Amino acid sequence: MMRSEPKVPWSDRLQHTLARLRSLFHRETLDAELNAELESHIEMAIEEKQRQGFNPEEARRQTMIQLGGVEQTRQKQREARGLPWLEILISDLRYTMRTLRRDRSFAVVAVLILALGIGANIAVFSVVNTLMLRPLPLYDPGRLVWIAPPDANGLSSMTYSADAYDDLRLMNTSYTDVTAYYAFSAPDNLRLSGHGEPSPLTGIGVTSNFFHVLGVDPILGRSFTESEAVKGAPNVILLTYPYWKRQFGGDRSIVGKAITLDGKPTTVVGVLPESFDFGSIFSPGAKVDAFAPTILDDIRTQGNTLAMIGRMKPGVTVAQTQAEAKTLFRRFYWSKRDPLSQGGYSAHPTLLKDYVSGKLRRSLIVLWCAVGLILVIVCVNLSNLLLARSAARSKEFALRSALGAGRSRLIRQLLTESLVLSCAGAAGGLLLAYLITFYLSHQSSIALPLLNSIRIDAAALGWTLAITIGSTLLFGLLPGWKTATGNLQEALKDTGQGMSDGRKHEGLRSALVISEVALACVLLIGAGLLLRSFLHVIDIDLGYQPSTAAAIKLDYDDQMNIAKQTEFFRETVRRAQAIPGVEAAGLSDNLPLERNRGWGGPAVKGKTYRPGEIQDAFVYVVSPGYLPAMGMRLRGRDFGWQDDDKGDSTIILNETAAHALWPNEDAVGKMAVLGKTDVRVIGVIQDVHETNVEGKPSWQMYLPVMRSEWGASGATLVVRTKLPPAQLASSVMHTLREMNPKQSAVEFRPLQRTVDHAVSPRRFFMLLVSIFAGLGLILASLGIYGVISYSVTRRTQEIGIRMALGATPERVQRAILSQTLRMALMGIAVGLVASFAVAGLIASLLFGTKPTDPGTFAAMATILILVAGFAGYLPARRASRINPMVALRNE
Amino acid sequence: MGDNKLDLLQGTLDLMVLQTLAAMGEMHGYGIARRIEQVSGNEVLLNQGTIYAALVRLQQRSWISAAWGASENNRRAKFYTITRRGQKQLEQDTAYWTRLSGVMSRVLAMGEKESS
Repeated sequence: MMRSEPKVPWSDRLQHTLARLRSLFHRETLDAELNAELESHIEMAIEEKQRQGFNPEEARRQTMIQLGGVEQTRQKQREARGLPWLEILISDLRYTMRTLRRDRSFAVVAVLILALGIGANIAVFSVVNTLMLRPLPLYDPGRLVWIAPPDANGLSSMTYSADAYDDLRLMNTSYTDVTAYYAFSAPDNLRLSGHGEPSPLTGIGVTSNFFHVLGVDPILGRSFTESEAVKGAPNVILLTYPYWKRQFGGDRSIVGKAITLDGKPTTVVGVLPESFDFGSIFSPGAKVDAFAPTILDDIRTQGNTLAMIGRMKPGVTVAQTQAEAKTLFRRFYWSKRDPLSQGGYSAHPTLLKDYVSGKLRRSLIVLWCAVGLILVIVCVNLSNLLLARSAARSKEFALRSALGAGRSRLIRQLLTESLVLSCAGAAGGLLLAYLITFYLSHQSSIALPLLNSIRIDAAALGWTLAITIGSTLLFGLLPGWKTATGNLQEALKDTGQGMSDGRKHEGLRSALVISEVALACVLLIGAGLLLRSFLHVIDIDLGYQPSTAAAIKLDYDDQMNIAKQTEFFRETVRRAQAIPGVEAAGLSDNLPLERNRGWGGPAVKGKTYRPGEIQDAFVYVVSPGYLPAMGMRLRGRDFGWQDDDKGDSTIILNETAAHALWPNEDAVGKMAVLGKTDVRVIGVIQDVHETNVEGKPSWQMYLPVMRSEWGASGATLVVRTKLPPAQLASSVMHTLREMNPKQSAVEFRPLQRTVDHAVSPRRFFMLLVSIFAGLGLILASLGIYGVISYSVTRRTQEIGIRMALGATPERVQRAILSQTLRMALMGIAVGLVASFAVAGLIASLLFGTKPTDPGTFAAMATILILVAGFAGYLPARRASRINPMVALRNE
Repeated sequence: MGDNKLDLLQGTLDLMVLQTLAAMGEMHGYGIARRIEQVSGNEVLLNQGTIYAALVRLQQRSWISAAWGASENNRRAKFYTITRRGQKQLEQDTAYWTRLSGVMSRVLAMGEKESS
């Protein structure tokens, strides 16, 4: 076989390229050396020629002919030793820097606009990447499934009983293992003592295999063993990383030692890694401090309390687990003590990742689209700026072209300029995005999953690179092509105030501005619809008045008998009510929007029910005074302290439950059965949004804390006051310490905060889209201003002539304003049609607002017209002040 | 006349320079150019200047090395020597060119035999 060329090893090629690259940095030395060499060459040649008999002049001439020219030789040698394309690039870059320095305001505006566009894009991409694209921070998360009923709505219908959990572990064939956590832990449910002032912490109960199934290894110590999750086992606890750092200063020796929790010695068996944040995955925004093993035998009678997660066996698909669940779950018991409780369960396992971020998918996509639109607007705007600049520079380019620069060379020059701009923009954008993501990842008040792990990673950097290059091409190519294809002669003749070329440019620029306005219109309408939805959401009647109420968690000795406990509660409420500024006070064992809880609901006395027919109800175990303290409207009467074990058992139902039980009658005064107890309905109260703001309230019941059969799980004091909670905090704490010196120092927090937290994802998305829309509006008006202002400058003479011929300043102004509005109206028309088409896509994100809401459409169109009018008014005013004499003299 | 001279094929000049240095030892640029002209019997169209592009290329590949010295007439001149790697490359290239020219002449001779 004969090769086409002798082979040169790649290492040699690389060495050669490096040598050529090196030569770029030693230009002067290399040139000097070549000059010396050529000098000696020429002298030697002349000498030889003279020896051959030529006269000195002829010898020199011949030598030069044979050499082929000194300059040419130098040029060839330079090309051979260097990298010509790189040298051109470098000279282009130098030239670019020079021109941009000359046009500093243009460069600054362009880089700023780009930095905003690119920064917003990277930040949003980082959010999307974390929430939607990146796998969960668990071992092999693609095999973890969330096991919940198909129509799960709210946590209480997502959970299973301990018996069902045991059966699923025994009978399934799909999972290597199934784990669960106790889904109804209240915040601050434990109390640490012995380490300074007693302080509350939030502990979550998990089955002993929880961390094993999720694939989370403690960084210190170990996770739970099976023997620690049985009755009578010594108390153990695992600490989360932040709590370990905060409470124990990261003391490694704490592992293996006992701490005092709720008065009981509890051994710390390990510390979890920093990367594991239970709240961010399972309960966004919640802070979890510790985990304890859930003893299944303790919760067997509590009903549906376990949220289950399964790890699929290798090769098993989600569809297979779903198929298995269809037949398997029907065989499970709510409680095996009651043979009739079989058959109530169903399940539809989904990938854990989909459960965590599935609800957000559409919001994220909308956000992504919005930010993409911003980038397009940014690019159109820059294209416009560059086009205006290139119009002003057409003479410069014509001159360069006349001096021999090829068309491709000119386009390359323009592209280099846009590349430099977008690189600077990308650098600024990266900085901006870094700040935004840093801010977001430290926001615990936004209830979005995984928010704390948002950061700019390799994918985000790749994304930056892609959009930078993309935007370069997008906004550099149009003016580049436009300039380079311009007519050379015309450009040289054109004084910049002529008609022909300028007008062509202007047509293109108007088209760009119209598309900008249209895009901004789409963004504005989208943002308007989301804003309107948000206003509807915060306008929802929650069933209570959070704005003038505050709550504090109460510590008390739960070993007291019911009479003593009632007396303690009664005295606490009485003293709280006596604090100046307090209008009402009461206790409840949980508050709306804070946690989840479902008990078997009430039934009509005397009616027979099939198994599973009695609906679960959300429970509040409350003291007298709680309902007025919450600002709830009640029909019938509130509990009184006399509704204790000595009197009749009483209950208050919400409207939904009351109406379902007695559809056509007043429920007040009726008898119901709760479990096996007869209870009298003494009042019917407004529905409360118990677990989320936007959903429909389900059955709720209120039971008196004074009766022994209910058993409150803790107590929170709610106080109604018109004063700011901070002002009352110390007197409330003082009162509680009087009652119980062991009261821990917990916050007296306004209820409104809980509501804000619950609506925070919607607020977050609405805010972001609104910011983008505002940005789009500014950019569009900048575009309008640029075009009109440029056209006024270009037509100064024409306007001067008109005014000299008798046109009034008002008339000139009107003409220019109408030109502006024509452009804006065209953009808005296109934008309205486009919005009509895309509004349907965000329909599912709206609340109480139609995607074609005419009010929003009209409002946003009006805003755009006003802003466009203002952007056109500034140059119009300038035009009307043109002095005809000055304008004409400038010829 | 220039018109009758041979145009140099891409890469052949580099090989000629290498061979010249291998045969003659240390030489300066002018010497190499003159030597090639002489050996080729003035049949090669050579702008002497192009020799410097070839020299810098070969130097960057480390096939030749250079040092300043004094010429026979005591002038300062840059002298080039072939390196070990250059020798190896020269062997490879020579083998290649010999084979190529052999093949070429056989192929071209084919027509002559038939016609004669």
